[in-house]
Amino acid sequence: MRLAAVFTNGIYRENPVFKLTLGMCPFLAVTTSVENALGMGAASTFVLLCSNFLVSLFRNVIPNKVRIPCYIVIIATFVTLVDMVMNAYVPALHKSLGIFIPLIVVNCIILGRAEGFANKNPVMASLADGLGMGVGFTLAMVLLATFRELLGNGTWLNVNVLGEAFHNQPLLIAILAPGAFILMGFIMGTFNILESRGGER
Amino acid sequence: MNATLLMTTMLAAPEDGGGGSFAKLMTIAIGAVLINNFVLMRFLGICPFLGVSKQLDSAVGMGAAVIFVMTLATLGSWTVYHLLLAPMGLTYLRTIAFILIIASLVQLVEMVLQKFSPALFNALGIYLPLITTNCAILGMAVLNIEEKYNLGESLVHAVAAGIGFTLALVIMAGIRGELNEEDIPKPFRGTAITLLVAGLLALAFMGFSGLVPS
Repeated sequence: MRLAAVFTNGIYRENPVFKLTLGMCPFLAVTTSVENALGMGAASTFVLLCSNFLVSLFRNVIPNKVRIPCYIVIIATFVTLVDMVMNAYVPALHKSLGIFIPLIVVNCIILGRAEGFANKNPVMASLADGLGMGVGFTLAMVLLATFRELLGNGTWLNVNVLGEAFHNQPLLIAILAPGAFILMGFIMGTFNILESRGGER
Repeated sequence: MNATLLMTTMLAAPEDGGGGSFAKLMTIAIGAVLINNFVLMRFLGICPFLGVSKQLDSAVGMGAAVIFVMTLATLGSWTVYHLLLAPMGLTYLRTIAFILIIASLVQLVEMVLQKFSPALFNALGIYLPLITTNCAILGMAVLNIEEKYNLGESLVHAVAAGIGFTLALVIMAGIRGELNEEDIPKPFRGTAITLLVAGLLALAFMGFSGLVPS
């Protein structure tokens, strides 16, 4: 299996958010700014890489019947690690991501890839899959965060883009909870339109 | 740990001391059902919200299962955190401990229900395995620790958040039932229109935000 194909698979063809609708909770919750989205993406990608690596390494050792609890313990260990490291080195980001850092444990993307890919594929392929899925998840979050931060604050990655007047009176709703649902609904619909046009050609 | 200390930990007075304890419990309850609705405001439990809200009866079943497991998981995680992890200085293990508690609890509930109440098992059974990875449950356990709630407050918070989850799910199921009759543009069918409706619902729930002074 070509590693590059496995990697790009997670970014577009099987994008965890747009195609598989996994990991919606952190996806909608932390996309209030591009900075948060990148932080969450990095943390999730790290956990995904490490858990895919270990699950794949031990795939012939872990008994089939208790595999899910084993995966959960592996994932929870790395999440605890990320939690502590972020708390120590990027306390501001750690604070703004809040409970969604421990909740990486129950992000269905991570358990889904352990169960669906890493436990039947060799180590290198699993690493490529983890990286691809992580980058795909991050890109999807950055896309929604771009819309939310631009409309809700007039900035992109804390840089003022839409001018001072808009920054002082932004579309606040985009940053609040309803904005996440509504903008995501429109993005999903747009993706479906693009997809059906591509199919007709 | 002796019994007196245990009782004082469990019933420790709220730290701010403002208002009676009943008033505080009511504030927590109303806050969790309407203002900080787990699904629509905190983004917890989105997966079952999108997945199980197609029909009214499955929405009610999922809601009941979540209230049940959420309350038990809160009891378990609060007890383990305050009586085991905190005294031993192992609080960094909380994520691992909580997820294991929740996973084993779900398994246990499944087995107990199957043995003693087959009717209830048939009604809730298919929703139980899904609950392990429902982030609302783990989120509840973590939130209770971060908000420094005592056991009573945590349990009220859990039941209220479960009711709030069920409320959102049932309203959504009702709306989706109506949507089936509508002529929705093709690209927006399925998840896209569900998200748009959820957004409008969240907008409506924002109207509750002045209900309790913060």
